[in-house]
Amino acid sequence: MDFILEPWPWYVSGPLFALVMLSLILFGKNFGMSSNLRTLCAIGGAGKVASFFKFDFKAQKWNLVVVLGAVIGGYIGSHFLQNQPDIAISASTIEALQQMGFQDPGASILPPELFSLDAISQPKTLMMLIIGGFLVGFGTRYAGGCTSGHAISGLSNLQIPSLVAVIGFFIGGLLMTHFILPLLF
Amino acid sequence: MKYLKFLSVGIFFGILLVKSEAVSWFRIFEMFRFESFHMYGIIGSAVVLGAIGIALIKKFNIKDLSGTPIAIPDKAKNYTSAIIGGSIFGLGWALAGACPGPMYVLVGTGAMSMLIVIGAALLGTFAYGLLRDKLPH
Repeated sequence: MDFILEPWPWYVSGPLFALVMLSLILFGKNFGMSSNLRTLCAIGGAGKVASFFKFDFKAQKWNLVVVLGAVIGGYIGSHFLQNQPDIAISASTIEALQQMGFQDPGASILPPELFSLDAISQPKTLMMLIIGGFLVGFGTRYAGGCTSGHAISGLSNLQIPSLVAVIGFFIGGLLMTHFILPLLF
Repeated sequence: MKYLKFLSVGIFFGILLVKSEAVSWFRIFEMFRFESFHMYGIIGSAVVLGAIGIALIKKFNIKDLSGTPIAIPDKAKNYTSAIIGGSIFGLGWALAGACPGPMYVLVGTGAMSMLIVIGAALLGTFAYGLLRDKLPH
């Protein structure tokens, strides 16, 4: 039982992510989380203004059920299956974050400096979350997938476009982490 | 009842994202600084095992639960949109620290500020839908 309550190492987690993807394939579906954003837009009536959202979104209901499960899983995982919320990031990462002004890096899943109610009541932090979310929503759909659809499913299926997309993920991620975030903090 | 299996996979996926720490903004920041093998190990081992699984499915023409032969469609060969869209996503991923799976899981952990990120992501997807015909793919 102790093993379950401790953080799961990569060599346990990684194969289990493959299991999630393969289960969905065996259920006749596919592993792709960002499609749900398109489905939700379509349900909200976006098909009236853009043909991209005119599709049979009812056929995507199963994927929204996966999302619902993921929310429940997040609750179960964080409330019942976790000894402590610390994230065991490396010492050099902690040091870099401290230099940027983060108080206690890794003491919680998310940095309060970005996600606490105090933080998001400040216009600058709020804008960072809005811009971050917007770029995720825009970029994943433009690229045709995210970490699940391109990095895990696409690379597992030896898809060259997915490799190109993952290279893109890193171009953007490296720019943000090394050049933009240090300007923001 | 037919949705129960999808709900179960979702719950397992959510628990896995929490327990692997892949939901953590800190892990994404660390990954892009190349200061830990953790995230690379997760994605790398998932891809290696996933590739073996998919190769076996293809080799033995395995059918899905409904008895239909499994055919995994190829990704569209749109390299321009893959590199530009991918880079845009990467910027957002490293800023908000969450990709489209973890953002829902984080709401479940109680991080209500993630609802703002999800709302903005919906807006971003909507904006892409509006601009799609004008963008290079």
